[in-house]
Amino acid sequence: MKRYAIPLGIFAILLVFLGVGLRLKPQEVPSPFIGKPAPAFTLTRLDAADRTFSPQEMRGKVWLFNVWASWCTSCRAEHPVLVDFAKQATVPIVGLNYMDTRDEGGRWLDKFGNPYALSVFDADGKVGTDYGVYGVPETFVIDRQGKIRLKLTGPVTPEIIQKTLLPLIRELSHA
Amino acid sequence: MRDRAAALLLCAALAPGHAQTADAALDHRVQRVTEELRCLVCQNQTIADSHAELAVMLKHQVRDMLARGATEREAVDFMVQRYGDFVLYRPPVKAATWLLWFGPFGLLLAGLGLLFARLRARQLDIESDASDEELPA
Amino acid sequence: MIPELGNLALILALCLAVLQGTLPLAGSLTGNARWVALARPVAVGQALFVTFAFAVLVHAFAVNDFSVAYVAANSNTALPLVYRITATWGGHEGSLLLWVQTLALWTIAVAAFSRQLPRATVARVLAVLGLVAIGFLCFMLFTSNPFDRALPAPPDGRDLNPLLQDVGMIVHPPLLYMGYVGFSVAFAFAIAALVGGQLDAAWARWARPWTLVAWTFLTLGIFLGSFWAYYELGWGGWWFWDAVENASFMPWLVGAALIHSLAVTEKRGAFRNWTVLLAILAFSLSLLGTFLVRSGVLTSVHAFASDPRRGLFILVFLAIVIGGSLALYAWRAPTIGLGGRFALFSRESLLLVNNVLLLVAAATVLLGTLYPLFLDALGGGKISVGPPYFETVFVPLMIPVLALIAVGPAVAWKNGSLRDVAVRLRPAALLAAVLGAAAFLVLHVTPAVALGLLLAAWTLIATAQHLVRNLLHAPRGTPFVARATRQGAAWWGMVVAHAGVGIFVIGVTLVKGTETADDVSLRVGATALAGDYLFKFESLEKIRASNYVGARGTFTVTRGGERVATLYPEKRFYTVQQMPTTEAAIDRGFARDLYVSLGELTKDGTWIVRVQHKPFMGWIWAGALVIAAGGLLAAIDRRYRTRRVPAADAARAAPDIAIPVPSPSRSA
Repeated sequence: MKRYAIPLGIFAILLVFLGVGLRLKPQEVPSPFIGKPAPAFTLTRLDAADRTFSPQEMRGKVWLFNVWASWCTSCRAEHPVLVDFAKQATVPIVGLNYMDTRDEGGRWLDKFGNPYALSVFDADGKVGTDYGVYGVPETFVIDRQGKIRLKLTGPVTPEIIQKTLLPLIRELSHA
Repeated sequence: MRDRAAALLLCAALAPGHAQTADAALDHRVQRVTEELRCLVCQNQTIADSHAELAVMLKHQVRDMLARGATEREAVDFMVQRYGDFVLYRPPVKAATWLLWFGPFGLLLAGLGLLFARLRARQLDIESDASDEELPA
Repeated sequence: MIPELGNLALILALCLAVLQGTLPLAGSLTGNARWVALARPVAVGQALFVTFAFAVLVHAFAVNDFSVAYVAANSNTALPLVYRITATWGGHEGSLLLWVQTLALWTIAVAAFSRQLPRATVARVLAVLGLVAIGFLCFMLFTSNPFDRALPAPPDGRDLNPLLQDVGMIVHPPLLYMGYVGFSVAFAFAIAALVGGQLDAAWARWARPWTLVAWTFLTLGIFLGSFWAYYELGWGGWWFWDAVENASFMPWLVGAALIHSLAVTEKRGAFRNWTVLLAILAFSLSLLGTFLVRSGVLTSVHAFASDPRRGLFILVFLAIVIGGSLALYAWRAPTIGLGGRFALFSRESLLLVNNVLLLVAAATVLLGTLYPLFLDALGGGKISVGPPYFETVFVPLMIPVLALIAVGPAVAWKNGSLRDVAVRLRPAALLAAVLGAAAFLVLHVTPAVALGLLLAAWTLIATAQHLVRNLLHAPRGTPFVARATRQGAAWWGMVVAHAGVGIFVIGVTLVKGTETADDVSLRVGATALAGDYLFKFESLEKIRASNYVGARGTFTVTRGGERVATLYPEKRFYTVQQMPTTEAAIDRGFARDLYVSLGELTKDGTWIVRVQHKPFMGWIWAGALVIAAGGLLAAIDRRYRTRRVPAADAARAAPDIAIPVPSPSRSA
């Protein structure tokens, strides 16, 4: 009478999946850009509206691309961590000032410190959308060939730096 | 924050305006596209329904694209390229989702098929018993 | 001091639940009459302690005791008293207590209304309810205690989620829980039957009213959730195939299958194993729903603050309860036997088709809901499965269901004649086809809408025909009232519920197929159009209440120049939680709803307004309520309320069928 055990069998399989599911993070949206070239753009710099920046300028370097905004409270939490990280001068950080105003963005950096080699100004968020940004802050790790290797959503913490960012940067720097 | 909210609410009534009827067709196309897309911020609404800033921004982008001649397919692909399959409320039909798309119908056929087979077997059982009973003593 | 009493009451309830879950069960197996007799008093005692704890929590809310962490998280001094009280179940811990409280109510009901059952059965049923209570009480006491203190007590609370400050939201959880938890009774009956190794028509007769009442509550709970979403969430939607909505819909579908299966087991003694399995399945889906909402495994607007640790606890609980009961089923079901015989074309087989269809529907919903999790767990990336999927897949599954709803009652038990049924139902089928064609050709609806209307018409006409036929089929001179009552409430319940389905389908088909909406940016004085209706934004004023500020718009709706309605949609901003809500304004009519909601205030001072014309929207609600009424009618049938003699049962079982029905098996 094995068929009476079929419901139990199906349930056991379901249970395994649900158990695994507890470790997953359903809200996180993975980036389809991992391993792909960072989308090209040309934006004006936050500090100098007459000068522009394109990701091509960073070819040959490993760098971080951090999306931030003055209206974003989580960015406020993440900022000291980035400032510290910048002090160690491992890799340059380029900022993307997302859906902000020049005044407020500039003032925010003056007030809380500027870890960025430079920040670009994305007023309408189009470049952010091109990178698949959906929530601020987000951070991308881009390699020497201009490919995105990692996307972090949410604030960068010292733990993330130690466990995830630094090892990856080391790996990419030796490549 | 509270004062700002109250002030914003007060600012609503100014000069009378006209409802936009000119772009009705475009509106419908935008609606159709954005109804299939998931808002990534609230995650439980479509981009059509969500009032989150990201959703409003993406809705405008879709509108711009469609107005400039893109097809609905292209607008959807644009979003998928940037946000992955997660942004689609209608999962794409690919090997990983065959079970999802064809499972229900397959289950229906299997269920009804199994049922029919068992009931026929029982029917034959009943009939053979009945004919057994008719055997003269 | 008082909250500690509540905590103590829960601990005592747990102790009693442990006794309730073990001794009577063991006693029923070893023949220990004293232990068996413990079942009722211990169960009632456990239930009373739970009720006391619940009252303590309500009291803490009523008096604004913010030293209780849960009260501080969900209430506020500015919150009106009625919402302070209902905030009791506004968060995770309190809603768990509501769950256990609901279980206590059902336990007391079973203890009170089971006099005609054999003592051993009562003992087993109450024991199973006790085991379920143990799980939830442990869950509360170890991971989610509503009586945890927050010291030092904050001066004021964080306020109840504004979305919950509403009548619909107050009543929705209790109704829903009465349904979910109510299936535990059928479950307990099923386990009792497996343990005892005995299952017959009498068992089904006991279990059926409990199941019907639970299912009716679930129907009402789902209806209310949908009704609330419609007016509260602001975009005119009423079902989103959200994970938690699905979690309530699955037990409903399986519960419906169970009700039909119980009907057969009751009348014919057939499907016994299958019915037991369905009873286990229905409650399992209720528990699964609890898991999905509280574990963080699925994203949902309904989900409580997710905590994987809590999720793990519930998962282990699920493994024990569901795994245990399915293992018991695998072991004991073969001993129960197969049951009565019936032909390939018979009411029994059609009811089995009903079960297959409803179960495939439930499995489909489960598949869609859990697929993102499956794929992610297997490393296949993240996808979303939303309304476009469910509508594409689920609606076609319902077509065979609708086609057969009206056929089943017309087919004889045990051995039906396909020809007779076809002849009898042909006029109704033709009429429905004509109506469907008329809708398509004359009203120019889409083929899908025409099909939906055809199926609904078919259901209603054939059901009406069945109704009239049965009323007419009585000795000449029988007064109408007697004709009506001799059918029994259960039969009326079936007729009413099936008619309710038809009404519901008309509503859904027409709303989904022909509604019009417009999302526009308006200044005061501007107009928007939906269908034939012109909505004019007349004015806007500020409003203020104890815990929110907002704006209220005034819209006049005209059609062909004639004023039809004046609507006052609101946009509120709840100050403590800093959360905006939309209060849509709806003019409900027999043949249409007119819907206005204020969206956002844009930077240039215009309001984004959504106006909608939804034909026959009210029929969706009416249909759901009629279905619930049918369920209730079926539950109060006299044969469930009085002790009956088996021979009388047989005669009563099928008053409209000429074929003699064998009497149910004689075991008690």
